[in-house]
Amino acid sequence: MSNATVVVVTSGKGGVGKTTTSAAVASALAKEGYQVCAVDFDVGLRNLDLIMGAERRVVFDLVNVVRGEASIKQALVRDKKLNNLFLLPASQTRDKDALTEEGVERVIGELRMYFDWVICDSPAGIERGATLAMRHADEAIIVSNPEVSSVRDCDRIIGLLDAKTKIAEDGGRMPKHLMITRYDSERAKTGDMLATDDVVDILSVPLIGVVPESRDVLKASNVGLPITLSDENSPAAKAYMEATRRLLGEDIPVTIPEGKKGLLGKFFRGRAA
Amino acid sequence: MNLLNFFGKRGESASVAKNRLQILLAHERADDGSDAALISSLREDILAVVAKRVDIDPDAVRLEMDRSGDVTTLGIDIELPSARAS
Repeated sequence: MSNATVVVVTSGKGGVGKTTTSAAVASALAKEGYQVCAVDFDVGLRNLDLIMGAERRVVFDLVNVVRGEASIKQALVRDKKLNNLFLLPASQTRDKDALTEEGVERVIGELRMYFDWVICDSPAGIERGATLAMRHADEAIIVSNPEVSSVRDCDRIIGLLDAKTKIAEDGGRMPKHLMITRYDSERAKTGDMLATDDVVDILSVPLIGVVPESRDVLKASNVGLPITLSDENSPAAKAYMEATRRLLGEDIPVTIPEGKKGLLGKFFRGRAA
Repeated sequence: MNLLNFFGKRGESASVAKNRLQILLAHERADDGSDAALISSLREDILAVVAKRVDIDPDAVRLEMDRSGDVTTLGIDIELPSARAS
């Protein structure tokens, strides 16, 4: 039996929040009680272990498992806080071809048997690593900042999701969700930043969540706890929790996070700029 | 216009960004849609017709695309030499 839903978190451009999103969504799903595995596909530049606070407990990694040097159970790292959340870390190897297509297929197939959700953190770019990460996904979360280069690269990735995945090759269409991160509602209001509607218009992918620009995200990665576990009441964590409920199929309207400042704050900030 | 716009500087860079992206992506999506090919050949045809009568500067042509809902509008702004001189 294999009931897992495999989700790829992808973006094209680097530095937009794929790893943060992977960790936040994976731990939010685990908090809901599901068996969850987060897989770091960023071979060579791993970071999901660091964001999830598991960096010192990594023994084997994805490449070891793909090569058959370790079993999946040996490589999985259990989360410190949630005993139904696991990490399959990436390797630091410099060999770009360390992942084989057959190996990845086998690993994903096996993970499907153990888990309810498999969250694949894709490397940036459109190279082999990214296409392997998305290849066996059932759904995709596309992460974009409200910024031109990030939106453009997402468009490329959407093209790949519709062409280079197993679902696409079988004639299907991969369900896609758009996650906008580092959103500043003030700047969007004054026309200095693309608004969420603009990004949705351009990419034509339904919105799953809008994560406000927040200091809490950096604080969470500093201490190695996903934002949805470390600072549950922060606006960013709330946005990720809501997005996760939408991923689970709940029909709740997307709330666009508002800035915390009142009118007076806006006034002074406007003057200072 | 709300109060905020009155006090603060109103930026318009977001709408410029949106327009640039829409045009750019229409071109880049050329592989999977005839849309972009149509737009660029339309643009060339219109420019050729205008150039027959008026001496135009290709740099003074502005292309705008707006997609809202199911409707896409393409706007081509051509600056005429006399207008530039005045």
